[in-house]
Amino acid sequence: MKILLCLSNVPDTTTKIRFTEDNTQFDTTGIQWIINPWDEFALTRALELKEKGTNIEKITVINVGGKATEPTIRKALAIGADDAVRVDAEPADAYFVAAQIADFAKTEDYDIILCGIDSSDYNGSLVGGMLAEFLDYPSVSSVSGLDIEGSEVKIKREIDGGQEHIHTELPFVAIVQKGISLEPRIPSMRGIMMARKKPLNVKTPVEAEALTEFVSYELPPAKSACKMIDAENLQELVGVLQNEVKIL
Amino acid sequence: MSVLIYIENRDGKFKKLSYELVSYASQLAKQLNITAVALSIGNVDEAELKSLGNYGADKILDVQDDRLNVLVNKAYTSIIAQVAEKEGADIVIFAHNFSGKALAPRVAVRLKAGVASGVTALPGSLDPFTVQKGVFTGKAIANVVIKSPVKVLTLFQNSVEIIETENKASIEAFQPVLNDDDFKTKVLDVTKVTGKLLLTDAEIVVSGGRGMKDPGNWGPLEELAAVLGGAMACSRPVSDEGWRPHDEHVGQTGKIIAPNVYFALGISGAIQHLGGVSSSKHIIAINTDKDAPIFESADYGVVGDVQKVLPALIQAIKEAR
Repeated sequence: MKILLCLSNVPDTTTKIRFTEDNTQFDTTGIQWIINPWDEFALTRALELKEKGTNIEKITVINVGGKATEPTIRKALAIGADDAVRVDAEPADAYFVAAQIADFAKTEDYDIILCGIDSSDYNGSLVGGMLAEFLDYPSVSSVSGLDIEGSEVKIKREIDGGQEHIHTELPFVAIVQKGISLEPRIPSMRGIMMARKKPLNVKTPVEAEALTEFVSYELPPAKSACKMIDAENLQELVGVLQNEVKIL
Repeated sequence: MSVLIYIENRDGKFKKLSYELVSYASQLAKQLNITAVALSIGNVDEAELKSLGNYGADKILDVQDDRLNVLVNKAYTSIIAQVAEKEGADIVIFAHNFSGKALAPRVAVRLKAGVASGVTALPGSLDPFTVQKGVFTGKAIANVVIKSPVKVLTLFQNSVEIIETENKASIEAFQPVLNDDDFKTKVLDVTKVTGKLLLTDAEIVVSGGRGMKDPGNWGPLEELAAVLGGAMACSRPVSDEGWRPHDEHVGQTGKIIAPNVYFALGISGAIQHLGGVSSSKHIIAINTDKDAPIFESADYGVVGDVQKVLPALIQAIKEAR
């Protein structure tokens, strides 16, 4: 089986967010870039499956982005992906990105396409579903469990207050969330060395539109100071619950 | 010309979020002088369907099919797209939850529509069509312009008020055209807790962090949740340690919630945690460390040991009733 993993390059999750040019651009000065956390869950699961002897021929990572995203792609290779593709274009919006990945995926017969359910930068939760529709593949979202037995894929999907076990025909798109894998991997020295020799192919983008535009940003209004209540005076907190929160 | 709303049901009943969606859509439809059409898929009785009219749905389309009592992404997408075409939908609205995230992007591609997901308010401008949404997991807000003729929105929970209006809704059955190709995924079995208050529905959330020290120390938290009628939650280290189940994890990579009140107990307040709870109306923190970052985000704070403070607080709440 061949797995394609969609990877987004995002600012480290502890980054202090700032904007420039009259709040129209995200300020990338001094930012540490990482693999989007949900994509990392997916990658970790793909590697777990490969290591336990599941019939996985190849794990390919694909990213849509400029050359600056290559260190993050190399990290995925260092952790254990087999090869990578970078579509050489700025990721204008989810529709544009999904169209680019779909164009690549059409040419190769991947059985499973893995996408994170969200990205920690623009919080779209869109690319996986859009990709499935571009390809006319079935998709399963909120996937928290993925196993492969022979040619059979076993999926666990989170629903409100429970889980479902799902069977799907292949190929399909799995849109994954937390719970699918164990701890993310840290690349080893050997992995980093090997990653330098793994193929990272650069693909020219296809013609595609962006249907949305992020025109400006704001920071949330400043929070007023926390009102401290003495642990010996919990009556005051009860008063808050009665009069401010109004739940008593 | 219409605003179309996809309404999901849980065991045949609609949830509060559904009524928020209808309220939002009907206000938007009024601004645009078009109709608000609600689409329900799955087995829902007539009284429940009719209730959507209380919040401004002009028309309710009802699709009943035993194969559709579980979410099948391709089949649902096909139905929603067929209805969008029939009703001339200019805008299609979903909830920003499991089903909305599964369906909105697929429907958008089929309709060649731009999507703004996790929208928190009515459009600031109709031309260009501009809406606000959270980005960087609650650390900033973006103004997004959708440029395509048809637009798709997913609405963030608890961000709009539910407004009751006179019920003028009509109910119509809709027969979609479906084929086998739409059913390539099959649900084999379902495990579902019934009767438990869902974290994403809860107005009151009681949440514990690493400061609780041991999985055996959760008694007072569960009691507070029971006394107040709230749901339980936890921070990431707690679910990673297996002290509490993963579905209780709130934070950047867990659930994003926006309850009326969030009790952060023994939670230091890492930025990734705050991303999941910062939209809560009130945050009450109890922590032994007076310098814990959680106090910068909380509205009310108590410095003290949760194991001692909570039983006293529960007692005081009981006495106040």
